[in-house]
Amino acid sequence: MASAIQCRDLRKTYDGKVEAVRGLNLEIEAGECFGLLGPNGAGKTTTIEILEGLLAPTSGQVTILGQNWKENERELREVMGISLQETRLSEKLTVLETIKLFSGFYRQPRAPLEVLEQMQLSEKANSWVGKLSGGQRQRLAVATALVGNPKILFLDEPTTGLDPQSRRQLWDIIRRFQQAGGTVLLTTHYMDEAERLCDRLAIVDHGQVIAEGTPADLIERLGGHHMVEFQVSVHSNSDTAAWRALPGVESVRHDNGLVCLNVREPHLTIPALLDAVEKEGEHLLHLTTRQASLEDVFVRLTGRHLRED
Amino acid sequence: MTVAQPTRTIPAPPRNGRWSGFRHLLMARLLELKREPEVIFWVFGFPVLLALGLGIAFRNKPADVTPVAIVAGPGAEDALSLLQRSPRGSSIRAAVMVEPEALQGFRLGKYDLVVVPDGKDGFQYRYDPARPESVLSRAEVDDALQTAAGRKDPVPTSAVASSEPGSRYIDFLIPGLLGMNLMNSGMWGIGFALVDMRQRKLLKRFVGTPMRRSDFLLALTSSRLVLMLIEIVLLLGFGVLAFHMRVLGSVFTILLLATIGAVAFGGLGLLTASRAQKLESVSGLMNLVMMPMWIFSGVFFSSERFPAMLQPLIKLLPLTALNDALRATILQGASLGAQSGRLLVLLLWGGISFALALRWFRWT
Repeated sequence: MASAIQCRDLRKTYDGKVEAVRGLNLEIEAGECFGLLGPNGAGKTTTIEILEGLLAPTSGQVTILGQNWKENERELREVMGISLQETRLSEKLTVLETIKLFSGFYRQPRAPLEVLEQMQLSEKANSWVGKLSGGQRQRLAVATALVGNPKILFLDEPTTGLDPQSRRQLWDIIRRFQQAGGTVLLTTHYMDEAERLCDRLAIVDHGQVIAEGTPADLIERLGGHHMVEFQVSVHSNSDTAAWRALPGVESVRHDNGLVCLNVREPHLTIPALLDAVEKEGEHLLHLTTRQASLEDVFVRLTGRHLRED
Repeated sequence: MTVAQPTRTIPAPPRNGRWSGFRHLLMARLLELKREPEVIFWVFGFPVLLALGLGIAFRNKPADVTPVAIVAGPGAEDALSLLQRSPRGSSIRAAVMVEPEALQGFRLGKYDLVVVPDGKDGFQYRYDPARPESVLSRAEVDDALQTAAGRKDPVPTSAVASSEPGSRYIDFLIPGLLGMNLMNSGMWGIGFALVDMRQRKLLKRFVGTPMRRSDFLLALTSSRLVLMLIEIVLLLGFGVLAFHMRVLGSVFTILLLATIGAVAFGGLGLLTASRAQKLESVSGLMNLVMMPMWIFSGVFFSSERFPAMLQPLIKLLPLTALNDALRATILQGASLGAQSGRLLVLLLWGGISFALALRWFRWT
C-alpha cells in the first residue's frame, strides 16, 4: 500500500546544541490513524512540525504522498489539514467568520456551514471565538483543519486539557474522518487516546522511536496482557526475585511501595502469590488485577511514567 | 410524448480564485479592527482630541500687554509718564515699586522687565536674555521711551497685524499630527499585530495552509490604508470645520502622499517586527525607532529649530519628509513634482525596509 507519510533518519538540532529528534524513521500508510506517543519533551511536536513542513529538519528525508516539501509545498498544503498544539485564533471573529477565513485559502474547500455542523458548532456559528469553551475552541481548531477537505490530518495533542466529554466528541470526529478515507497522524501523551484511536503507534522518547506497532501488539510484545498490583505488610521491596519466580510472571516493577507484576496467565499467578504471602507470615494490604495498558509498556521501556515532567 | 424529468443539479463545489485568500484576510482584519474599541480611539479619537486641545491652548490671543516694573526713586515718575505718553503705551503696563518687590516680581515672571532710573535722566534695563518675552519687552519699552522722549526715526515705517488661516499654530499642527498618526498606526498597527499573531502561533497556523504569504502582508497593509483614508478625512475635516483651516493642495496629492507615507511606515513596522517573539520586546524596539522622529521630525514644533549641523540628518528621517511634504501640500498647495526629494526619502525607507523585512521575517 502507498505510504502517505514517510520519513527517514530525521534529525533536528536546535542552536547546534539541543537534539530534539535523533534519527527518527516513520512510515504511515494511507487511511491509517497513526499515533506518536511519548512524554513531554520527547520530540513529538518537533517531529510532527517537520512532517507538516513548518520546520526544516537538520537532516533526513520527508515524503508526503510521494512528494517533498521543497518542490511541492503549495500542492501539499492543499491536501493537508493541521492543528497545532496551541493556536489562539482571533477572539473577535465569530466561529463562522473564522472558518470562512480559512476556507478562503484553499482552492476547493468544503462548505463552512457543513463543517460547523459536523463539528457540532452550528449553534455557536455567530459567537465570538473569545466566548467559546476549551472543548469548543479545540473543535474549531480541528474545523479549520478540515475545511480545506484534506487527505491527511495532523493533530498535535488534540485533546490536551479537555474534559472527558469533549475528548470523546473529538475522538468521534477523528474516527469519522478516517472512515471517510483520510489519514491521521496525531501526537498524544494520553494512553487511552492512543489505545482507542490509533491503528498503529510509535512510542517516542528522547527523540527516537523506541517501539512501534498496533496497541495490542505492543502490549503483547512487552510482556503479558494483565497487571497484578499488590502491597504486602513488610519489606516488600527486597524480594523482587521471589516475585519474579512466581508462575506466569513476565516482569516485576516497584512503584510507590506497590509491587506490579506483568502477567500472562493471572489464574496461575494469583493463587501462587497468595500462597507465598501466607508462607512468609505477611498479609496483603491491597490487590488489584487489570488489563495491561500502554502506560505499562512505556514504564517497562523507559522506567518512567508518561506524565512525569 | 416525453415528460421532462426534473433534473437535480448538484451544486458545484465552491472554487476559490487567486485573490480569495487576500479578500478573506482583508475582510477578517477589518472586522477585527472594527470590533476593537481601542483602535477606534487611538486612530480616530486621539488625534482629533490632541488637535482640539493644542488648538485651544495655542489659539490666537489678543496682543499681549507687557508688564514692566519701575524701581522707585528719582526719575521713576518720569519714566512712568514717558511710557504712558508714548504711542505704544497701550501695550505696556508699568508700575512703580521698591526695588526688592520689583526684583522679586521679575524673578517670578510677573514682570518681563525692570526699569531702574539711574538718577541722571537715564535708565537701566534689567532683563533676562533667556526669556524671549523679556528680550521683546526690553526692545519695546526702549522704543516707547525713546519715541516719547522725542526721538525721530529716519525711516517712516508701519506694521499691519496678520493672523490669516494658513500661518497659525493649528495650521502647522494638523499636518504634523497627520504624519505622526500615519507613523504610529503604520508601526503599531502592522508591527504589533504581527508580533501578537506570531506569539499566538496564528502566523504559524496560517503558514500551514496554502495561503500566499505575500497576500497576508498585503492584506495587513491594505487594512491600514483603509483606516488611513478615514483618518485623513476626519482630521482634515476637523481642522476645516473647527479651526477654519484652508486646504490648498489637491485632495488627490494629499491622499497619494499619505499612502506613500503609510506604506513606508508599514515597511518599517514590518522590519521592526520581523523577528521579535514577544510583545514586550517589540514595544521597546518600536519606541526606539519612533523616538527620534517624535523629537526631530517637526510634529509639534518646526524641525528648523535644531542646529544646522543636524539638519541633513533630520531631513533624512521618513517622518520629517512626510511632515514637510504634507505641510507644503496642505498649507502651500505644493505639487508632487516639487517634492521629489521628500518622496524619494519616503520611497527609499519603505522599499529598503520591506526588502529587508521579507528576508528576515519569521513566520514561526
